[in-house]
Amino acid sequence: MIRFILLQNRQGKTRLAKYYVPLEDSEKHKVEYEVHRLVVNRDPKFTNFVEFRTHKVIYRRYAGLFFSLCVDITDNELAYLECIHLFVEILDHFFSNVCELDLVFNFHKAIIERMGELEKLE
Amino acid sequence: MLYIFMLGYDVDFGHMEAVSLISAPKYPEKQVGYIVTSCLLNENHDFLRLAINTVRNDIIGRNETFQCLALTMVGNIGGRDFAESLAPDVQKLLISSSCRPLVRKKAALCLLRLFRKNPDVVNVDGWVDRMAQLLDERDLGVLTSSMSLLVALVSNNHEAYWSCLPKCVKTLERLARNQDIPQEYTYYGIPSPWLQVKTMRALQYFPTIEDPNTRRSLFEVLQRILMGTDVVKNVNKNNASHAVLFEALALVMHLDAEKEMMSQCVALLGKFIAVREPNIRYLGLENMTRMLLVTDVQDIIKRHQAQIITSLKDPDISIRRRALDLLYGMCDITNAKDIVEELLQYLSTAEFAMREELSLKAAILAEKFAPDLSWYVDVILQLIDKAGDFVSDDIWFRVVQFVTNNEDLQPYAAAKAREYLDKPAIHETMVKVSAYLLGEFGHLLARRPGCSPKELFSIIHEKLPTVLSSTIPILLSTYAKILMHTQPPDPELQNQIWGIFNKYESCIDAEIQQRAVEYHALSRKGASLMDILAEMPKFPERQSALIKKAEDTEVDTAEQSAIKLRAQQQMSSALVVTDQRPANGTPSGIQLSLVKVPSMSINEDQNMAEQGLSHENGILSKVDPQTPSADLLGDLLGPLAIEGPPGTDVQSQQNIVSGLENVPNTVEAAAIVPVEEQTNSVQPIGSIAERFHALCLKDSGVLYEDPYIQIGIKAEWRAHQGRVVLFLGNKNTSPLVSVHAIILPPSHLKIELSLVPDTIPPRAQVQCPLEVVNLRPSRDVAVLDFSYKFGNNMVNAKLRLPAVLNKFLHPISVSGDEFFPQWRSLSGPPLKLQEVVRGVRPMPLLDMANLFNSFRLMVSPGLDPNPNNLVASTTYYSESTRPMLCLIRIETDPADRTQLRMTVASGDPTLTFELKEFIKEQLVSIPTALRSPMAATPAPPIPQPTSPAAALTDPGAMLAGLL
Repeated sequence: MIRFILLQNRQGKTRLAKYYVPLEDSEKHKVEYEVHRLVVNRDPKFTNFVEFRTHKVIYRRYAGLFFSLCVDITDNELAYLECIHLFVEILDHFFSNVCELDLVFNFHKAIIERMGELEKLE
Repeated sequence: MLYIFMLGYDVDFGHMEAVSLISAPKYPEKQVGYIVTSCLLNENHDFLRLAINTVRNDIIGRNETFQCLALTMVGNIGGRDFAESLAPDVQKLLISSSCRPLVRKKAALCLLRLFRKNPDVVNVDGWVDRMAQLLDERDLGVLTSSMSLLVALVSNNHEAYWSCLPKCVKTLERLARNQDIPQEYTYYGIPSPWLQVKTMRALQYFPTIEDPNTRRSLFEVLQRILMGTDVVKNVNKNNASHAVLFEALALVMHLDAEKEMMSQCVALLGKFIAVREPNIRYLGLENMTRMLLVTDVQDIIKRHQAQIITSLKDPDISIRRRALDLLYGMCDITNAKDIVEELLQYLSTAEFAMREELSLKAAILAEKFAPDLSWYVDVILQLIDKAGDFVSDDIWFRVVQFVTNNEDLQPYAAAKAREYLDKPAIHETMVKVSAYLLGEFGHLLARRPGCSPKELFSIIHEKLPTVLSSTIPILLSTYAKILMHTQPPDPELQNQIWGIFNKYESCIDAEIQQRAVEYHALSRKGASLMDILAEMPKFPERQSALIKKAEDTEVDTAEQSAIKLRAQQQMSSALVVTDQRPANGTPSGIQLSLVKVPSMSINEDQNMAEQGLSHENGILSKVDPQTPSADLLGDLLGPLAIEGPPGTDVQSQQNIVSGLENVPNTVEAAAIVPVEEQTNSVQPIGSIAERFHALCLKDSGVLYEDPYIQIGIKAEWRAHQGRVVLFLGNKNTSPLVSVHAIILPPSHLKIELSLVPDTIPPRAQVQCPLEVVNLRPSRDVAVLDFSYKFGNNMVNAKLRLPAVLNKFLHPISVSGDEFFPQWRSLSGPPLKLQEVVRGVRPMPLLDMANLFNSFRLMVSPGLDPNPNNLVASTTYYSESTRPMLCLIRIETDPADRTQLRMTVASGDPTLTFELKEFIKEQLVSIPTALRSPMAATPAPPIPQPTSPAAALTDPGAMLAGLL
C-alpha cells in the first residue's frame, strides 16, 4: 500500500505531497526532510529503492525533481517504480511537456490532476 | 485557501466552509468542497462527521459525477465513521449493473480503503460470490481495482475465497496471452503489468492449488513469464516486465512447484545477483532471501556465496543491506565461519548506519552455528573490539552466560580477555567483559605468566580512570573476587584493594558506594568471604535475547505478507516447545516431569494398555461386578495408558538424547543447539480423552489434532451396523509420509478399514471409510493405532474410536401398557440386574435425564410415580441377538445424590450386564469438564412431573409392587 507520495526538488522543497496515512503537520515535515536527505545524495547508478523506517521508499529522478513513493517492504518495487513513470507521463500529457514550474504555478490543476490519477496507481 | 495552506499557514478558519460546500447543489461548488476537504483534513478530523450524510446522499444518488467525487474523497480520507455508515452503500455500487465502470472502479478502491483501515467494521460475509463475479469483469479498470480489493480480502481470510482462485488464473491467462486487452491498458507493449502483479500477489495467499487443470494452466503461464522475459533497451519496458517476472518468481516459491521449475528460478536469481543493473541485483538478492524462507534450496544458493559477498561491498547501502540479510539467512553450520569472518571484516569499514545491525547479526550467527564455543568467544570479543559502540549489552551478557555455563570454556575465555587487556586502547564494553571474566575465572590462569592475581589486578585497575561510572561497579566486584581467590592472602594486594574500597565508600553513585561498603566489610570476614563471593551459579538457559531482538523488528504493511503467514503456520507449533529447551544439556524441571511421566507408563509397557483392555475383557465374562471405586480406577488408568501419546514423548526424549550424542561434548552441544532443531516433539492439541467422550455423544467431530494433522470423524449408525469415515487432514504445506493406521478391534466388533494412503499431500484431506458390525454386546473399545512421519518426526497416537455400546442403541418410547408386562416378564438375574451405585457424580435429575437421552436411552417421564426416579427404554442391535428391548430404572435418593439404585433388564444376560456397567461408568466416571459438550447435545429437556397425576399412580404402584 502506498503510504505517501512526495514530489521534491533538489533543494528539498516539496512541490506536491499526498499522504494516505494520517500524519500531523510536524511529522509530515520531518518525513519530507528525511526522505529528501535519503534520496538526494544517492548516485544515479544506485538502486531506486531505499529503506525508510519500517517502509521502503521507491524514488525516481526526473531532471531536478524527485518523485518518491513510500510503500510496504513486501510490495513489488518495480511495479511501483513504473507507477511513477506512468504518473509522470500523465502529467506530461496534461501540461504538454511538464516541468517543475508547471507544478508550482498551476498547483490547483496539479491537484485536480492528482486526485484523478493517483488512485489509478493504487 | 489551498494556496495559503501550501505556503504553510494555518487555515483552520476555513475548514467549516469547505465542509459545508460539499452539500452545495451545483457541481463547481461541490467539487471545490470535496477537493479542499480531502486536501486539508485527515481521517481523524472531527468536521468530517458533519459531511457523512451529504456524502452518503451523493453516493446513493443518481448523479455519476457526484458519486465519483464522493467516492474519491472517501477513498482518500475515509475513516472509521465513514466505514460504519457508508460501506454497505459502496458495496452496492460496486456490484450494481447500472453503474458505469468509472464509478465502480472508484467504488472498489473506496471499499479497499475502508476495509484496510477497519476490517472489523466492513462486513464482507457473503462477499465470496460477489468477488468471484467481479473477477469475471471485462473492463480492465474495474478488474484492476477489484483485484486490489481481493488481495486485501484474501490476505485477511484466504480460506473463504477459494472460489476466486480459478478466476485469478483465468485473468492471468488472458493477460499473458494478450487476448482482448484494449490498447490503453498496455504499457510499453505489456498488457497491464500492474494487474498481472496484483493477480499473482492474490494467488500467493492460497496455500495450494488442488485442481490439476487450474494448476497446469497456471504453471504454463508462469513458465512463459519465467522464460520469456528478456532484457531490453527501454528502461520502462524492462522495469515493467521484470516487475511481472519477480512477482512470478515469488508465486512459484509459494506453489511448491516441481524441482525443475524451482531450480530454474534459482538459476534466474543467480543470474540477477550478478548483473550490473542495480535494481535487478537488489531484487535478485531480496528474492533469494525470501526463497530461503520457503524452500530447501540452500545448497544451490550457497554456490553464489562469493557473489553475494561482493554485493556486501557494493557502494549502495540498499544493496548491502539485502546482501547482509541474505548472508544472514543462508548461514548454517557449514559456512558460518566464512560468513561471520566476512561480516567481521566488513564491520570495520561499514558505515555507522549498518554497524549495529551487522554486529547483532554476526553475534547471532556465531551463537547459532558455532562449530566450537571457543570460536564463538573469539568472534564476540573481536566484535566488541572492532565495533564496541554498536555492541549492545545483550551481546556481552550472552557471552558471559555461555562462559559461566561451560566450564571447559572458562580458562580459554579468561586467557583471551587477558590478551585484549594488553591492547593500548580498548572499548569500554571490552573492559566490562574482561573484568567480569577475569574476576570470575582469572584464578584458573594463575600459573600462566602475567596472570598472577596481582598482575591481573593492576592491569584491570589501569583502566579504572578511563571508564564511566556504570562500569566501576563491575570492576569493584572483580577486585573483590580477585581478593577472594588470592590464597594465601597477599597483604600488599589486600591493602591496595581495601584502599580502593575505602575511596569509593563515599562515592556519590549509590550503586558504587553500596558495593564498596559491602565488599569492604565482607573482605574483612575472612573465610566466609569464600562462600559469599563463590563463583556465579550457572544461568538458567533461555532463548537468546539477541534472536528475540532480531525477530522483534516489526514491519508495518497493509496486507500481511504471504511468506510470513506461511512461516507462522509452520512455526506456531514449534514455538510451544522452544520454551522447554533443556538447560545445559540436562532437562529442566518442567521438562523432566513432562518426559518422565509417560516414560514410566512405557516402562510398565504396553502391558498397562493391554492390562486395561484385558481387564475390561475380564469383566465381560465374570458376572460379579467390581465395586464402583475399583471400576473408577480402571477407567482412569485405561485412558491414561492408551491416550497419553506415548509415541511422541518417547520420540522427544530420544531426540534429546540423540541430539546429545551427536557431538562429543554434550554440554556444549545442548547449549548452542539452534532453536529450530529442538522443536521435534509433537503435542496433540486439546485433550484426546475429552474429544473421545464428546464423540461418544455425537456422530461427527474431531478425534485428534496436533500441529500437523487433524483427524475428523463422521459416523452413521444403522441398527447393528455403522459406517464411519475418518478424515485425515494434513495441515501443512509439506506432505506427511509413512502414514499408517491400524485398527485393533475388540472381539465383539468387526471393523474393516479401507486402504489408508501412505502419503498425505500438503493441505489435503484424505477420507478413509470404515465398516463396523456389532456382533454382540460389549463395552470394549476399538483402538486406532495411527502414525505418520513429518520431517524427521515419527508421531504415533493410539486413539479410541467412538464405536461404543450406545451407538448401537435405538431409543424407543414405551407406554406404561407396554412397559409393565415386559418389566414383569424379565424377572430376576441374570436377565434383570439390580445394583446400588455409590460415588455417583451428583447432578440434578433433569441433567441425568438429558445424559440418558444423549446416550440414546429414552427417558419416559411420568412412568414412575416417584419424582426422584427415572425410567428409560431403548432397543439394542447386534448381529447375534435380535433387536432387544432394554429397560432401565434409576431410583435416586434426594438426600444423598452420590448414590442411587439402578435396575437394568433385557432379554439377554450379557446385554443386561454390559448395559448396566456402561451406565454405571457414565454416571461415576465422566470428568466434569465434559458437562458443557453434554449440555450442547440436542437432548430435549424432560419436564419433570411436579405432582404425579392420579392416572399414573396405578402403574406406579404396580411398578413398586414388582420391585
